[in-house]
Amino acid sequence: MTAILATVSAKRLTATPGQIALALAIAAFLGLFLVLPVATVLYVAFTEKGTSTFTLVNIYDFVRTELFMRSLWNSFYVSAMSVVWASVVALPLAYLTTRFAFRGAALVQTLGFLPLIMPPFVGAVAMQLFFGRNGSVNLLLDDWFDFKIGFMEGLNGVIFVQSVHYFPFILINLSAALRNIDRAMEEAAQNLGSSGFRLFRRIVFPLAMPGYLAGASLVFVKVFDDLATPLLLNVKDMLAPQAYLRVTSIGIADPMGYVISVVLVVASVAAMWLSALALKGRDYSTTQRGGGGLARRVMTPFEAVYGYGVVILILALVLAPHLGLLLLSFATIWSFSPLPDAYTVAHYARVFGESSLYIKNTLIYASIAGGIDIVLGVAIAYLVLRTKLVGREWLDWAASAALAIPGVVLGIGYLRMFYGVTLPDGTPLASFWIMIVLALAIRRLPYALRACHAALQQISVSLEEAAENLGATKARTVRRVVVPLMAGGILAGFVTSFSTAAVELSATLMLVQSNSDAPLAYGLYVFMQSAAGRGPGAALGVVAVLLVALCTFLSQLIIERSQKAKGMGH
Amino acid sequence: MNAIASISTPALAVDIEGINLSYGANHVLKDVNLTIRPGEFFAFLGPSGCGKTTLLRLVAGFNQSDTGRIMIGGKDISNLPPWKRDVGMVFQSYALWPHMTVRRNVAFGLEERGVARAEIERRVDIALDLVGLGHLGERRPSQLSGGQQQRVAVARTVAVEPKVLLLDEPLSNLDAKMRVQVRRELRDLQRRLGLTTIFVTHDQEEANTICDRIAVMNDGVIQQIGTPMELYERPANLFVANFLGTANILAGGIVDSGTGRHFVIDGGIRVPIASDATVPKGAKLVFRPQHAGLTGPESPSGNALALPCVIAHREFLGASIRYGVRIGATEVAVDVPFQSGEELLEIGKAATLTLPQRLLLWLAA
Ligand SMILES: Nc1ncnc2c1ncn2[C@@H]1O[C@H](COP(=O)(O)OP(=O)(O)O)[C@@H](O)[C@H]1O
Ligand SMILES: [Mg+2]
Repeated sequence: MTAILATVSAKRLTATPGQIALALAIAAFLGLFLVLPVATVLYVAFTEKGTSTFTLVNIYDFVRTELFMRSLWNSFYVSAMSVVWASVVALPLAYLTTRFAFRGAALVQTLGFLPLIMPPFVGAVAMQLFFGRNGSVNLLLDDWFDFKIGFMEGLNGVIFVQSVHYFPFILINLSAALRNIDRAMEEAAQNLGSSGFRLFRRIVFPLAMPGYLAGASLVFVKVFDDLATPLLLNVKDMLAPQAYLRVTSIGIADPMGYVISVVLVVASVAAMWLSALALKGRDYSTTQRGGGGLARRVMTPFEAVYGYGVVILILALVLAPHLGLLLLSFATIWSFSPLPDAYTVAHYARVFGESSLYIKNTLIYASIAGGIDIVLGVAIAYLVLRTKLVGREWLDWAASAALAIPGVVLGIGYLRMFYGVTLPDGTPLASFWIMIVLALAIRRLPYALRACHAALQQISVSLEEAAENLGATKARTVRRVVVPLMAGGILAGFVTSFSTAAVELSATLMLVQSNSDAPLAYGLYVFMQSAAGRGPGAALGVVAVLLVALCTFLSQLIIERSQKAKGMGH
Repeated sequence: MNAIASISTPALAVDIEGINLSYGANHVLKDVNLTIRPGEFFAFLGPSGCGKTTLLRLVAGFNQSDTGRIMIGGKDISNLPPWKRDVGMVFQSYALWPHMTVRRNVAFGLEERGVARAEIERRVDIALDLVGLGHLGERRPSQLSGGQQQRVAVARTVAVEPKVLLLDEPLSNLDAKMRVQVRRELRDLQRRLGLTTIFVTHDQEEANTICDRIAVMNDGVIQQIGTPMELYERPANLFVANFLGTANILAGGIVDSGTGRHFVIDGGIRVPIASDATVPKGAKLVFRPQHAGLTGPESPSGNALALPCVIAHREFLGASIRYGVRIGATEVAVDVPFQSGEELLEIGKAATLTLPQRLLLWLAA
């Protein structure tokens, strides 16, 4: 990271001292809070306990322990099956809404986003109530037909919850890919005699493949890294829960937690690398030349009945967690009955009373994390796109690499690295709430960076040159031209970081040391673990969902307004 | 209010000395030397990709040359960053900031110079009046037509009273009719301000109509510098002859016999070379279509050159008729004024092409 130097070409220094200082500061930040913690985890995994001697003993122990190997297999199995089921949900929605004249296509696409604004483990509780052994569906099935279905039993429960939660990633990417296919591609194939399923298989499917793969790999990684959902469903023999349990129950000196972390990182990186490899040279979106999107066909009555039926069924499934959460938050008792016995607002009173601390903490943490992310995002995007600084791509890669680091791993890294460092009053740095904020900022940086990168890319360089030509220095140009023009993208980046940080749990779970420092997601998790806490937990969950939904909606509004006002024709 | 009196721009010379510039292995500017006189409207003219924009951006400070220097008003500015150069550039895309109103766009440069608020507003008014847009100050750039945007870009640049005005293909984003109007406005504005101006274009008509002098460029090399008429009448080489107007080119070789020099056109026709003509090595015979005449196959009298030829085709252009004529294997164009009632030459018939000796050009590549 320290290899960042200014290019001294034969002509002149191509970077200003300010730019070099900025790059070094970013490198230091990423090094301290991302690279070093992860490197520490690697180091501990490959050294003998308490010494610095290289060893593979820990790896050997991992491979030899039956529980770990089963966890590894389970994690793979759950992630892969989640991708399959998420695809089953997303494919019809994407295809029907882009390929046919489908009423309510916009509604479907919007509702499709809904699951993303709720932490999956929150949905898990609500899903238990509907689909669990003694949930609404099984009670009714038992009453009427005398059998139950084990939707939520063991790994199936995790798969079920995760695929309902994460299918939007596939839906969004696949829909975008389908919409980007040039209509002429399809028409050319028809003109040459291809139609129906052959047309789909030979033209539409290959062209949409990159979008599908991008979404699918994301789902795989997310599910593989998720900690809270399996824990809440009481599934412990998966990798992320094992890492967490080792470190919290045996302690941060136990090497097994680190070895599991290494396996988690390797799996994430491998999944992303494979999808990148499969995507290489296949970005077809640029082939579009106006009049894009597949030709929309009117459905026959039979197709319509079938199509709308499928869509309604899927949407009901998608909305089930939200509905369940809402019911639960108003329920007095809801157990062994299809619907709650009676309703109350007491849970909300409790949440806004004694538990309002969680909400306050969340707002503070997520705002600071979002703020850090957009500052870093703008700075990195600017250095990458507008300067010739040597090593600027490294900053970009490092920041984006955070995407492949599971929250548990980052949490373990922070604990290990910063536990020995003490604050003036004697408490370890690792238990200081700022650490939670930093972990959140690092975890969400890739989203903000992508938004800022895209925003800056859209600004014509001549707009900046015009400012320089009229007497503005580089720094002044950034302040008066670049940042105002990026405002929409910066805001989008902030909101994405903020709203995902607000419901993030896996790193937080490791780093929260006292209840008074806990954010909302942590509070939710604590509540949801006891039967008595479910009511207030659900109320807190509803607050979280509304908070995130409101932010997203507001930012969308602001972005649209500002774009209209500017009439951004560029 | 007299707008012009309040915008005071100096008239300074621009000296470009010994400039070489490469992008990697691509040698884009090759030993460029030229002097632009104070108050001159000067054009860089050449085909796309010849390095005009690169040279212009070098003056503005957005590129760095490998060798050479640039002087404005006798001061070397080669090592100044763009924001300290005080050269006003109008970008091909106009580069108006979409998040600012027209007024704020024009005020920008003055604000960066720390001019007092009241003075800024006054000078913005003057600059906008100068381009006739005083009433549109509160609009956003996206609410203006292409021509209006172009004028805002000019107003924004001249408002800071730059030392030199740089225009990079300023008319290329306008439709044909606007182009003629705007180029006159630019010329008028430049005359009134007396500001040294460099105008980049690939369109010879644009350069000819509004510029005092032109540097014709090809492949990073300056081919010739001169007034539009000089370039047309006395092109330095085949490239310039071809690029400015239509040129007929006959290839051949020079034979020096006892009776004087002759040019033997490929195919055998011999053309005597005037004893006072300078003929460079490897030269070809060049003439303009309107300088040649056509008569019947019988040889004309007088001392004009007479070449036997065959009429290949003919196009009616309104004021004139353009004949395509074959001399040996080469086809050339001859423009003959059109007089109604006159009999036209028939396609496929033999004819004689006449050329006054003094209008022949001997040019090498
Ligand atoms: N930033 C750059 N990097 C590399 N090559 C460039 C760059 N800008 C221009 N060139 C090359 O320099 C040559 C001249 O370009 P330019 O000055 O834009 O030509 P013109 O304006 O005359 O059309 C072209 O070959 C072009 O490809
Ligand atoms: Mg150009």
